[in-house]
Amino acid sequence: MSARPPRSPAPIPFPATHQNIRHDSAPLHVAGTARYVDDMPEPPGLLHVALGQSAKAHARILSMDLSAVRTYPGVVAVLTAADIPGMNDVGPVVADDPIFAESLVEYVGQSLFAVAATTRIAARAAARLAKVTYEELPAIISIADARATDSHILPPKRVERGDPLGTLSTSPHRLSGNLAMGGQDHFYLEGQISMAIPGEDGDMHVLCSTQHPSEVQHLVARALGRPDNHVVVEVRRMGGGFGGKETQASLFAAVAALVADRTGRPAKLRLDRDDDMVMTGKRHDFEVAYDVGFDDQGRILALDIILESRCGMSTDLSGAINDRAIFHADNCYYLANVRITSYRYKTHTVSNTAFRGFGGPQGMLAIEGVVDDIAHHLGLDPLSVRRANLYGGPDRNLTPYGMKVEDFIADGLLDRLESTSSYQARRTAIAAFNAASPVLKRGIALTPVKFGISFTTSFLNQAGALIQVYSDGSVLLNHGGTEMGQGLYTKVAQVVADVFGIGLDRVRITATRTDKVPNTSATAASAGADLNGMASFNAARTIRDRLSAFIAARWGIEPSALRFANGKVMASDNIISFDDLVRQAYLARVSLSATGFYATPKIDVDKETLIGRPFYYFAYGAAVSEVVIDTLTGETKLLAVDILHDCGTSLNPVLDRGQVEGAYVQGMGWLTMEELVFDAAGRLRTHAPSTYKIPGCGDIPDHFKVDLVNQPNQEETIHRSKAVGEPPFMLAISAYHAIKAAVAASGGNGPVKLDAPATPERVLMAVRARQAGAGA
Amino acid sequence: MADCVRFVHRGQVVTLSDVPPTRTVLDYLREDRGRRGTKEGCNEGDCGACTIVLGTRVGVLGVTEAESIQYRAVNACILFVTALDGKELVTVEDLAGPDGTLHPIQQAMVDHHGSQCGFCTPGFVMSLFALYHTEADPDRPRIDAALAGNLCRCTGYRPIVDAARAMGRAPDTYTAQMTETLALLRSIERHETLSHPGGTAFAPATSDQLADLLLAHPDATIVAGGTDVGLWVTKQMRDLGTIIHIGGISDLAGITHTNGQINIGATATVTDAAEILSRLYPDLGELFRRYGSEQVRNSATLGGNIANGSPIGDSMPALIALGSTLVLRRGGVTREMPLQDFFLSYRKTALQPGEFVAAIRVPEPSADRLFACYKISKRFDQDISAVMAGFGLTLKDGIVTEARLAFGGMAGTPKRASRAEAALIGRPFDATSAKEAAAALAQDFQPLTDMRASADYRLVTAGNLILKWQMEQALPATATRVPAFARAIGGAA
Ligand SMILES: Cc1cc2nc3c(=O)[nH]c(=O)nc-3n(C[C@H](O)[C@H](O)[C@H](O)COP(=O)(O)OP(=O)(O)OC[C@H]3O[C@@H](n4cnc5c(N)ncnc54)[C@H](O)[C@@H]3O)c2cc1C
Ligand code: FES
Ligand code: FES
Repeated sequence: MSARPPRSPAPIPFPATHQNIRHDSAPLHVAGTARYVDDMPEPPGLLHVALGQSAKAHARILSMDLSAVRTYPGVVAVLTAADIPGMNDVGPVVADDPIFAESLVEYVGQSLFAVAATTRIAARAAARLAKVTYEELPAIISIADARATDSHILPPKRVERGDPLGTLSTSPHRLSGNLAMGGQDHFYLEGQISMAIPGEDGDMHVLCSTQHPSEVQHLVARALGRPDNHVVVEVRRMGGGFGGKETQASLFAAVAALVADRTGRPAKLRLDRDDDMVMTGKRHDFEVAYDVGFDDQGRILALDIILESRCGMSTDLSGAINDRAIFHADNCYYLANVRITSYRYKTHTVSNTAFRGFGGPQGMLAIEGVVDDIAHHLGLDPLSVRRANLYGGPDRNLTPYGMKVEDFIADGLLDRLESTSSYQARRTAIAAFNAASPVLKRGIALTPVKFGISFTTSFLNQAGALIQVYSDGSVLLNHGGTEMGQGLYTKVAQVVADVFGIGLDRVRITATRTDKVPNTSATAASAGADLNGMASFNAARTIRDRLSAFIAARWGIEPSALRFANGKVMASDNIISFDDLVRQAYLARVSLSATGFYATPKIDVDKETLIGRPFYYFAYGAAVSEVVIDTLTGETKLLAVDILHDCGTSLNPVLDRGQVEGAYVQGMGWLTMEELVFDAAGRLRTHAPSTYKIPGCGDIPDHFKVDLVNQPNQEETIHRSKAVGEPPFMLAISAYHAIKAAVAASGGNGPVKLDAPATPERVLMAVRARQAGAGA
Repeated sequence: MADCVRFVHRGQVVTLSDVPPTRTVLDYLREDRGRRGTKEGCNEGDCGACTIVLGTRVGVLGVTEAESIQYRAVNACILFVTALDGKELVTVEDLAGPDGTLHPIQQAMVDHHGSQCGFCTPGFVMSLFALYHTEADPDRPRIDAALAGNLCRCTGYRPIVDAARAMGRAPDTYTAQMTETLALLRSIERHETLSHPGGTAFAPATSDQLADLLLAHPDATIVAGGTDVGLWVTKQMRDLGTIIHIGGISDLAGITHTNGQINIGATATVTDAAEILSRLYPDLGELFRRYGSEQVRNSATLGGNIANGSPIGDSMPALIALGSTLVLRRGGVTREMPLQDFFLSYRKTALQPGEFVAAIRVPEPSADRLFACYKISKRFDQDISAVMAGFGLTLKDGIVTEARLAFGGMAGTPKRASRAEAALIGRPFDATSAKEAAAALAQDFQPLTDMRASADYRLVTAGNLILKWQMEQALPATATRVPAFARAIGGAA
């Protein structure tokens, strides 16, 4: 192995904020020297752990014979629920996620026991040798099953305003419809993994691929039956997260720690891909039913909409996810009279969880489906119906949940994108193409996005940072945020470098650790840079203020006269290098480390009624997608994408663009090809990349234009930037509606019935239904 | 007999004598060698995180100037270490210079922000390394093909494509050291059977050695490219018993074009077979471009695809429609049979114990025969087909004299649609006869519903493909297929 670190010198711009700065680990990524948990040197005596899984969706365990597991060559220990010294649970909100099933199993793949062996292959082979007998119980698999049996994991919630039912009956037009949308596997390229290293006197050090080290720490401690201060969780980087490592990492960390604790040996649990797909939660699939009243322009007068979701066997984050679906069932549209009802079903399937957008995409797809149906019903361009419904003006700015939309820019984005993408000219060209093309049909759609930024569970909107300046002037940065590829570490380092007026190369970014910054929130809700950027900014300011006071006193000037820039500190005639200043401050016994803290202001929402201000601000975007479909096979191809997205004044435009592109493609996968198929027995049939297809390189058109709106956030976020992780995911709704437009062009009229994902099969069946309806 | 695997790595010959024969190259690299740059994303050949590059000496034997090294990307996760024998191994850690200077590909990936989480990145770098050494100025379709076996969940691929376009082709250290490496490769060339010390695994060097070995071990598992067999080990943890690795048999890998036939040796890789077949039949080119990924095609053999007997293998319907035959050999005896007769029932073939597939014979095109094939899958690239169709017709004075409509995904084996064929014979191939043939499929097939597609979809689509083919004959100027590659707005037609 090449011993030297990869070299890829790049100029160091100052100030760093708002610059296109590459990901801090890029040279390591390309050289294969960036370390993920499985790449860490393995400590001597390491045990490899595998999990035994339930074969049934819902059953009582009658017996579990593990003798063949225990005697398999290489096996060192086997653990069941009885071997857990603390609590047998890793539920993040409600304690309903057992580490090992005791007497009841509630999904296929549920963990039953752990086996630790000297090799990974031995552990996995042994885990398959358990003999378990079950008494099967009736299993609720689908949303329809749950609806029929009234199976709820949480009580329904409703947000209502005005007189939706009364207005529906008096509206000039009225339409009802429904839409089903599938779930989605995260398919982070690095699967779930934890390595636990036991220390002295009950200490436990866990290296874990997680977005939520604090929660993993707390749940590991709880399972071990020890206070939090015995456990350190560390994560340098993840090979992707997307929400799938927010709560889902805890089970595997807890098991690794339990094995390590029990055996006194380090233990690593890395899931095989298929097991990862079977055992971990996914995006919630939804079914939507609506009844809408509108006028001749398609303006919505009243809407009654029902959102039903499959939550799986436990609560996990389903409450907040379904809340967010409600909060996004308006998208950019003012709904004067509205009733949104949300059902959260319990099913005997893996517990669904956070996934980029966190319910927002489902709520947004629902309302965009309504608007599209209205347009096809009236025979109007869907864009004109979208426009007719936009928020705007003092009497059209209140969301159904009572938050005022004060920063609305989607109208301007639509106008600008309509023109830069030549939307109208392309629509005309497409109509001409379709008229002459018997088999292939093209379609285009322009859809907007408005996404609320903040955790809707308000207390989570806090962050901490720890900055240490060493006596040579180099800076070490730690904050509660985790790096999963989004470039958070880079962005926060930019902020910190600028506070000190030093080059980015002087700021070292280290692994996120619970012993450096405690009680952090998950890196989620797109809020990573907003929260940790601000906390780190505050920490850096504290140290800079101390340095300023020190040098100002020495120079006999006001601290406010000082400038920190280009590695120097200056005031009129005085100048000193940052490094020298630090050295002198150290000699003068000035403290050079500080914590920083930040709590998002202004937010306040009632947990039960959901009325209030759940969001600090909104991020906006709009996209045009064009597709072609084959009306004989249902195959589709994305032809062109034009995006305009709002990142405020971007902290790092090139990283933000990466988020926008990646999110769009992931959303396109959700809506077009990624299909989770559960059979009647509750087994996931698409549990590997051979059957579960995420977008590949060839699915991305050459025409893939992304422009960022460079306009300051109205709210005082870090350097007036906006969150970017999740909002662009929903830009892909345009691809799905472009497919619907192409289906519409195959014959017939009225709304297009097409569930998501729009696989070739669904597209073909939609085309046939329309052609049959049109008598073709 | 040789008793160890030898390969070239970083300018040196590496000898392995104690590695179990079903150890994958990925586990060998990561766990035995501690080289953890190569990643595991799926352990089944689908994600490309484990991509490595193998160099093979090619060219005219003995004519030094005409020799070179062909670099091809393969998936390490389903490749057994035996497959390294006689090759040069290149992994992601090998590309940067001794002082840490990045390879031009790596630098392009950094400059174009081609990594986010970075976990897929080593695999992309290696696929691009193979492309760098094979294609001077790759266009977008070529780049897409080279990267179809690499999944990235973060970037959306655009920056990686930009990096591929910008990587250039400045000679690198691999080019500079080609002469030395060739000498090393020549020095490890093997002519005798490689026998694993445990006596449970063999790698013959010639087809005669293979024939003898198989007579002695009729129950042995044959491993060619291992793209099916590899998963039996990594996913099903199956014990393969005695293994005979045939990937290194050069006299079974040849492709010749004589007497109106293309003779493809059973161990010719799909990549090599596709090269000649796509020149003769453009539709086959399109099929093979979408067959697995470049990594899979570089390992997979046509013989393995056929011998595996899967009802959803892609090559069979097309090759049956072309009237291909199969050459089988047992000991000194060879026999030839029509490909369609090889498939008896679900995963059961006509192969006798001790027998192996020696070659596939494909007739060359002729003016009176029409041919087309269609692959229908959820994702366009690198996906197993829901329906695979191969169509062949012989016409005389505008009348169909022979029809060969073969399908995959419609029955327990790759199978011809005899009723649909009958609907065409003796008639012109027009909209009416096509419609009747499509309707007759319901009597030919009762397909299954599974996670890839419903029975209904399979049947409707299979029929529609006959209609589409007919339409393509009648309206050759009309676009009837979604483009493999979207060039620009309006590029659909
Ligand atoms: C990611 C991925 C994608 C894939 N995509 C496709 C696809 O798109 N289309 C498709 O059709 N297939 C696909 N496959 C399946 C596989 O690549 C093919 O079936 C391949 O052609 C098998 O060839 P092989 O040399 O790797 O066979 P192996 O795995 O080595 O062997 C397969 C079987 O054939 C037997 N065998 C091999 N050679 C001989 C011989 N000469 N004589 C007798 N028996 C023999 C073996 O004993 C074994 O039973 C894919 C596989 C993977 C992993
Ligand atoms: S690890 Fe996914 S292809 Fe090898
Ligand atoms: S960069 Fe994360 S998967 Fe490609």
